[in-house]
Amino acid sequence: MMLQPTLSHYLVVSSCLFVLGLFILVTRRHAVRLLMGIELILNAANINLVAFNHYTATGLDGHVFAIFVMILAACEAAVALAIILAIYQQYANIDIDRMNSMRE
Amino acid sequence: MHSVVEICLIILFLPLISSTALIFFNKRLPRGGDLLATACIGIPFCLAWYVFYRVIAVGHDPQFLITGAMQWFTIGPGNAGWGFHIDNLTAVMLVVVTTVSFCVHVYSIGYMRGEDYYGRYFSYLSLFSFSMLLLVLCDNLLLLYVSWELVGLSSYLLIGFFFRKHSAADACKKAFITTRVGDVGMFIGLLMIYRQTHTFNYIEVFRGVQEAVQSGAWSETTWTIAGILLFCGAIGKSAQFPLHVWLPDAMEGPTPVSALIHAATMVAAGVYLVGRLYPLFSPDALLFIAYTGLITAFFAATIAITQFDIKRVLAYSTISQLGYMMTALGVGGFAAGLCHLMTHAAFKSLLFLCSGSVIHAAHTQDMREMGSLHKKMPVTFWTMLIGAAAISGVPLFSGFYSKDAILASALGFGMEHPNHRIIFIGLLIGAGITGFYMFRLIFMTFFRAPADDHRYRHAHESPRIMTGPLVVLAILSAGAGWFALGEHGWFERLVVPYSVGTAGVAPAAVEADGHSAHNIAMILSIVMAGAGILISAVFYYWKTCSAERWAKALGPIYRLVYNKYYIDELYKKTAVGGTLIAMRILAVFDRVVIDGLVNFSAYFVRAWSYISGAFDLHVVDGAVNGLAWGTRLVGTISTLFQSGVVQNYIMKVVAIVAFILLFQNILTTFL
Repeated sequence: MMLQPTLSHYLVVSSCLFVLGLFILVTRRHAVRLLMGIELILNAANINLVAFNHYTATGLDGHVFAIFVMILAACEAAVALAIILAIYQQYANIDIDRMNSMRE
Repeated sequence: MHSVVEICLIILFLPLISSTALIFFNKRLPRGGDLLATACIGIPFCLAWYVFYRVIAVGHDPQFLITGAMQWFTIGPGNAGWGFHIDNLTAVMLVVVTTVSFCVHVYSIGYMRGEDYYGRYFSYLSLFSFSMLLLVLCDNLLLLYVSWELVGLSSYLLIGFFFRKHSAADACKKAFITTRVGDVGMFIGLLMIYRQTHTFNYIEVFRGVQEAVQSGAWSETTWTIAGILLFCGAIGKSAQFPLHVWLPDAMEGPTPVSALIHAATMVAAGVYLVGRLYPLFSPDALLFIAYTGLITAFFAATIAITQFDIKRVLAYSTISQLGYMMTALGVGGFAAGLCHLMTHAAFKSLLFLCSGSVIHAAHTQDMREMGSLHKKMPVTFWTMLIGAAAISGVPLFSGFYSKDAILASALGFGMEHPNHRIIFIGLLIGAGITGFYMFRLIFMTFFRAPADDHRYRHAHESPRIMTGPLVVLAILSAGAGWFALGEHGWFERLVVPYSVGTAGVAPAAVEADGHSAHNIAMILSIVMAGAGILISAVFYYWKTCSAERWAKALGPIYRLVYNKYYIDELYKKTAVGGTLIAMRILAVFDRVVIDGLVNFSAYFVRAWSYISGAFDLHVVDGAVNGLAWGTRLVGTISTLFQSGVVQNYIMKVVAIVAFILLFQNILTTFL
């Protein structure tokens, strides 16, 4: 029998992606890797949006939101990379644990 | 007759004005104001004689009476008023009081010269005269009581005049407190009468009491008790037997004061009271009065024999004579008692003023240190001799007539009631003793060889201002009885108890007996007085017998009498000691119960404040501190979350979200 993808399959994939992103966010110290983790989480959300739209709703709302999210992610990446670059210029390092000069 | 009331107003208020003026301004007035005070008693003195003359001029009317009253205030169902009650007795008393008071004022100018508080002394004298005149003039029991207490107050002030002397300060307290004891009884009697009659006015009271007795509202016993209670006041003021102790001590006052208070006026107030309120006394009460007087007369006379202080002899003699007056009133010799009051006022103030003159000269009061003064002080000697003759009852002197009348009434009473013959016998022996101790005084003071040369050489006659009053009083002492009771006998007809009809005793019957007994009484009294004088001459003039040997032979009796029957000691043991014990008990009560209560409440408050302090410290402060501690704990815990490491935050968010989801799942699964 031919395996038909259902909503659950998509949701499992997106969950896996989300957990991977979260894992990266929590465990890594490197700022760029964190950015990548965030991208993973956003994409997990995108998969959810598209999947729910495909299986439950009738319009294109999910798709539209997914495209919004992609745009937002692009913007975010641009801004975040700029900040990371600035930090690197300041500290010659982008380990987030050491960016605590605002704490003191 | 209004003018008499107006004159009496002047008589009454002049001394009050001078007293008030002197107490405030005596330092600014010339000579300490003594002339003002003397003038303010001198004018009443003249006016009193004028009133007396008017009373006689009205003409032997026994019921002569002027009253004038004003409303004062209302108590319950009755009224109290200001008012005058002027009858023959009042007129006589006015003369007695003002005359003696005037003589004493004049004499004091000489006697008190140079003393401290000279002006104040005259102020007190005037206050005393005012009180005594009010006592004599007032028309109701309440005013009588007020003036009675005013007399007590001024006597207190005068006895304690030398207040720096410890004995004088003690004596004035003793006099005041002792008389207060009697006054309590008098006040109760007064209230009893007021409760029955709802009035204080003499005439209405007499009528009310008479009606109460007749209608049976008052039993005979109640009537007697009321009378005896009223008489208690007289016992205190007139120094009758149980309360006589203050009078000898009161000799600590200046001698003119002794003459004024303790001879002529204040002590006479008790006799006057009995005379004035005569219809209020039941026959039994009168018998009580008679026996009180008899005991007093006899026992004070025996003490007077043994004393050596010249003033104390006179003091005991005064007590004895007051006893005579009381007895006379008690046995129904109304006129006799009051006449003796009048003559006694004259000769006893004379004797006191003479003794003052002697003390002034000899600078001692002890008769053993005097002697042979008759050559040095002729005026004092002769006047004092007249006084002594008068008091001893030597014929033709005033005391003879009044004492004779008293003895006659007592004999008449004894004939009427044979059970009570002892009254006459006691008085008769007392009359002999009177002669004895008076002439003992005269012989010891004026005749014996001088005991102290130094004193003798410095003795001198007193100045005229002191001898003048002596002469005046000597004339009165010699003559008063003659024109009072003697051949005219107008006093007896003039001064009769206020009659309210048939109630009360009928002294007339007794007096009638008295007249028939008069001759026997007269002869016996002359014999007794002569015997007394003769024996004293044997002892102290010719010295045929030695007084010391007799005193030794009579050992215990002599000591008993010399120590005044130990009555002072008895009072010290019982009254004073009892009071002290009571006070000690009260002090213990104070210390244990009252202090205990106070201390307990203090202890309780302390314990309470300790508890509330602990509550403050632990609960309130604990709450505040606990709050702070809790806040800090929360803060400490929450700082753990604020690690500042972003990844930690994420972890926590994830953990919390995971927890919430899990929890929700568990809840939805099991509920």
